[in-house]
Amino acid sequence: MKGTLAMAFAVFAVLAGAGPAVAERLVASLSNHRVMITSNYTGVELVLFGVIERENSSSRHGDYGIVATITGPRKSLRVRQKQRLAGIWINTASRHFVDPPSYLAVLASRPLDAIAGAEVRRRMHLGIANTPLPELINNDIGEVSGDLFRAALVRLMRERGLYREESNAVTFLTPTLFRAAIDLPAQVPTGNYSVDVKLFADGDLVALSDSAFEIVKVGFEQFVVNAARESSLSYGVVTAMMALLTGWIASVAFRRD
Amino acid sequence: MQIYLPIADIPVNVFLLLAMGLAVGFISGMFGIGGGFLMTPLLIFIGVQPAVAVASVTPHVAASSFSGAITYWRRKAIDVTLAVTLLGGGIAGSAGGVALFTWLRALDQLDLVIGLSYVILLGVVGVLMVGEGARAIVRSRGGKPGEVRRPGSHVWFLGLPLKLRFKRSKIYASAIPVLAIGFIIGFLGAIMGIGGGFLLVPMLIYLLRVPTATVIGTSMVLTFLTMASATVLHAATNRLVDAVLALILMVGGVVGAQFGAHAGQRIRAEWLRLFLGLLVLAVGLRFASQLVLRPDDLYSIRVIGGPP
Repeated sequence: MKGTLAMAFAVFAVLAGAGPAVAERLVASLSNHRVMITSNYTGVELVLFGVIERENSSSRHGDYGIVATITGPRKSLRVRQKQRLAGIWINTASRHFVDPPSYLAVLASRPLDAIAGAEVRRRMHLGIANTPLPELINNDIGEVSGDLFRAALVRLMRERGLYREESNAVTFLTPTLFRAAIDLPAQVPTGNYSVDVKLFADGDLVALSDSAFEIVKVGFEQFVVNAARESSLSYGVVTAMMALLTGWIASVAFRRD
Repeated sequence: MQIYLPIADIPVNVFLLLAMGLAVGFISGMFGIGGGFLMTPLLIFIGVQPAVAVASVTPHVAASSFSGAITYWRRKAIDVTLAVTLLGGGIAGSAGGVALFTWLRALDQLDLVIGLSYVILLGVVGVLMVGEGARAIVRSRGGKPGEVRRPGSHVWFLGLPLKLRFKRSKIYASAIPVLAIGFIIGFLGAIMGIGGGFLLVPMLIYLLRVPTATVIGTSMVLTFLTMASATVLHAATNRLVDAVLALILMVGGVVGAQFGAHAGQRIRAEWLRLFLGLLVLAVGLRFASQLVLRPDDLYSIRVIGGPP
């Protein structure tokens, strides 16, 4: 009897060492996969739920680290730098960033450096500092290390609430059940967002799970956007007529003589 | 009450927008200006992208100037011949301005040129108006008649050929300077995204010697015609007109313009010119400080393919 138990442990140890995915499985889901922008939209908060399924409950305890990375639609940007020329501030230099994410949230259960080592974080693009933000320089696309423009891009995006990194955003409700709030401010762009959840134990990646959601305009908001894009001339004429009608109504309503 | 603007892509407070429309509308009705040079910076201040702000202010200006124009029409304070002649020059000027706008945008220095044009134009016009208004007030305080005989009524360019009789303004002058003024207003309006009323009013008063009685109403007719066509052009070319934003602004704007037009009739002309001059000067100084003072952040982001 004692022998079988020892053997079971041995088998487990081998399995755990050979393929970590066998030991833990990560199941994650979002509270909503479709965020709808209506006329009273002021931003939204999605909730990410996840469960760690373990083969053997007596294995690893309390060493789990979760990192959830939410990436929004990618759009090329130009970061411009002002310099003083003849007494006035002028945009003198600029850099073209190729398809940086328009929204990037890195939510973790602990500080990133306590979850994984520097090499692992760099390789897995964990955290904003390790996210590639390639630039177009002389027809070459590449990363520029220690770049002031890259630092400015991250700083400006953080100020707008579009880039965020929080080391206490993922909370464990039980040792295997966790939740995280994804805060989407009103200015986040519409489009598809990917949610990438990674489970680390003792500094190694042991399981991962992917999910996604989309932000779309619906109803009246969508109608206005479609009208402005697809029948722009009639949209303009209707807007101009609306302006003249409003002006006429006011002059009739306020007629005093 | 927050409302999400479909094109500007931000939520804003409806009552804040209504109040802004009301305040700018009051000023525009009082002075006979469109108010675009006040509303555009205000919208940018509350977080609307500059290009969307410029494009969405045009229908607002069209609405408040149309409502004001109707009021002046009832008072028979509009010179139609003058307005139509100015519009002729204005259309040609807009076409030239749009061409220059496109070229500057390609050079990536549009912001700078817009900023400099605001500073120079508003500064010069503001100083001239304040000076003239103050002198007129001093003259009337001194017991002399407020409206002294305008010197140089026989300026050379009013005597050029193509003479037209502008009946309601009681002037008989060449159409050439009138068309030229229309051209300048249209040209600057296209580059700076403004109706140009604050430039047109002093130009009509000082250069064409148009009496103050018809100057404001006539300026409003020109403003609503150019702004209504600019709305269509903005919507058809860059698709940045936010109809919801424009509607909220214009509802506040037309109401404000009505009260402003009534208030403007009661204030003496020279005081009106002094106040407008101070207002123009203040906005000019604000733009100057943006160019001269060190910005909070030396870096800025622009989405490629998006607005400047």
